[in-house]
Amino acid sequence: MSSRQRDRRAPSRELAHFAPAPALAVLLLACLCAFVAALCIGSVAIDPGTLLSSMTGMSLGTGADAGQSALASTLLALRLPRAVTAMAVGGLLGLSGALLQSLLRNGLADPYVLGISGGASCAALAAIALGLGAGSIAACSAVGAFCALFALFVLARRELFARDAALDQGRDSAILLTGVMIASLCAAGMSLVLALAPDGRLRTMVFWLLGDLAGAVHLDIALGAMACWAILAAVAARDARALNLMLGGDLQAFTQGVATTRVRRRLIAITAIATGTAVSLAGAVGFVGFVAPHLARRALGADQRAMLPAASLLGAFLVTLADTLARSIAAPLQLPVGALTAIIGVPVFLWQLQRP
Amino acid sequence: MSDPILSCRGVAVRFGERILIEALDWEVRPGERWLLAGPNGAGKSSLLLVLAGARRADAGTVRLGGAQLASWNAAHLASLRALVTDRWVDPFAVPVRKVVEAARFRLDETRDGGVRAGSCLEEMDCAALAQRDVRRLSRGERQRVALAAALAQEASLLLLDEPLSHQDPRHQSLVLERLARKNHFACIAAMHNISAAAGFATHALLLAGDGSWHAGPSSEMLTTVMLEKIFGTRITQIEMGVHRVFVSASGAPV
Repeated sequence: MSSRQRDRRAPSRELAHFAPAPALAVLLLACLCAFVAALCIGSVAIDPGTLLSSMTGMSLGTGADAGQSALASTLLALRLPRAVTAMAVGGLLGLSGALLQSLLRNGLADPYVLGISGGASCAALAAIALGLGAGSIAACSAVGAFCALFALFVLARRELFARDAALDQGRDSAILLTGVMIASLCAAGMSLVLALAPDGRLRTMVFWLLGDLAGAVHLDIALGAMACWAILAAVAARDARALNLMLGGDLQAFTQGVATTRVRRRLIAITAIATGTAVSLAGAVGFVGFVAPHLARRALGADQRAMLPAASLLGAFLVTLADTLARSIAAPLQLPVGALTAIIGVPVFLWQLQRP
Repeated sequence: MSDPILSCRGVAVRFGERILIEALDWEVRPGERWLLAGPNGAGKSSLLLVLAGARRADAGTVRLGGAQLASWNAAHLASLRALVTDRWVDPFAVPVRKVVEAARFRLDETRDGGVRAGSCLEEMDCAALAQRDVRRLSRGERQRVALAAALAQEASLLLLDEPLSHQDPRHQSLVLERLARKNHFACIAAMHNISAAAGFATHALLLAGDGSWHAGPSSEMLTTVMLEKIFGTRITQIEMGVHRVFVSASGAPV
């Protein structure tokens, strides 16, 4: 018994992580619960039973029940696209952040660090300032994200495309620095647009910058984002073992049989598409892409086969939860989801850091 | 004589204007253990990178496993050669066991992957470290884990850059003895501890750092005359039973 006590006091030098399969199952369940909550909770609550009957399109009860059911379907038509989009945006940001932290071997990286979102934000703000519609804003931000990615690939072509694996040293920081410079340039562009924009549109622009899901009203776009998440996650999962080795440096991974240049290029493209999609749907929702990989890694370890899906699911859970709170906590006032993600995420992260 | 696993024809390694190795003709066969020795900056690590396919030779051709090095893809190269440097990048907490298992990437982790990884750890006296966080190991322990990972890769040629640099005396002999037992593959080790290597290496490649080099059986290469020529300092040899110890002018064993 005394030895057990000693063990508990001494900082354990062995790594205790949760087993991947049950942990992923729990995360999936949590996502489902958050999704149902997002459909039920709001300025008018729907009870889950009514939700189920209106979703299956069957009204089983009396006339009063039927009236309630009609209300439920109306609310559902509003909340379903938003909940699905929240889920997809969180999943994409979690995946993108996890990939970038692993690729750059740096826990400070997030989906926005390479300037992809900067390009998207800059273009979206310009579109808002010009008074374009929601569809055009999303399209503009997608184009902006693509332009930023293209700039990164051109400027860091030596680091990204060189075949010489011995160039290992300083390669990550060159990619990172190029990305940070692109992001800085985009930030300057954004301040310029903000300064020049008409006053009436500033509020929309600020909400966009903080991340806001109020524009997610089309179910087909939401389902498209969901499909995008599923495809990108599946493609990234194929490189999870290679990424495990690349954590130990490109030179070592190459000698162990990984075609490092090809894997790196593919994964950076995936993060860019994921970030660009998320940002064009919901604006620059902050913090999720940074904190989800950290929490996933602390719970499951750095093995990318478990960490990538876990970070993705955790991101989806966090954004769905944050958006539900954002539109119900001060209803009928709607808060930007980006503010809520950080308000929930920071205490959780700090609590995690305090643990031994 | 068996076919060489590695052969160099006219290989040159340069560093900007400096010529480190020139016109290297060299063959390594299975079962041979080569010591790679020379002064600091003579091109030992660069040559190992060239042989690993991670750096282009500045002239000449390297053939590995019967074909030009550049013609192999990364996965096949991993079955031909493994490289152990003494610089490790460990950004995140990973258990030691997983580091060694991951090294079997090209082998498509079969059911016995974990068992093989475990036995490689045991061979390098790291079995007790299996569950530990790789970032919390001492440098000597981390180095033996890297060696275990290279063994787990099951390549035909081991390229080792300073494999003993962080090892205590007991583990120096343990590592060399365990590596010497693996006589089905070849080994090239860059080392400064010539006395330790003398009992281990069957052959030696000496690099002077000015382009010139000498290759041959260790009985011909590891002599005071050759070593003095390469290192440019007085070296004395002391016989201690079956062991040979080389001592520099200051009395320090080399």
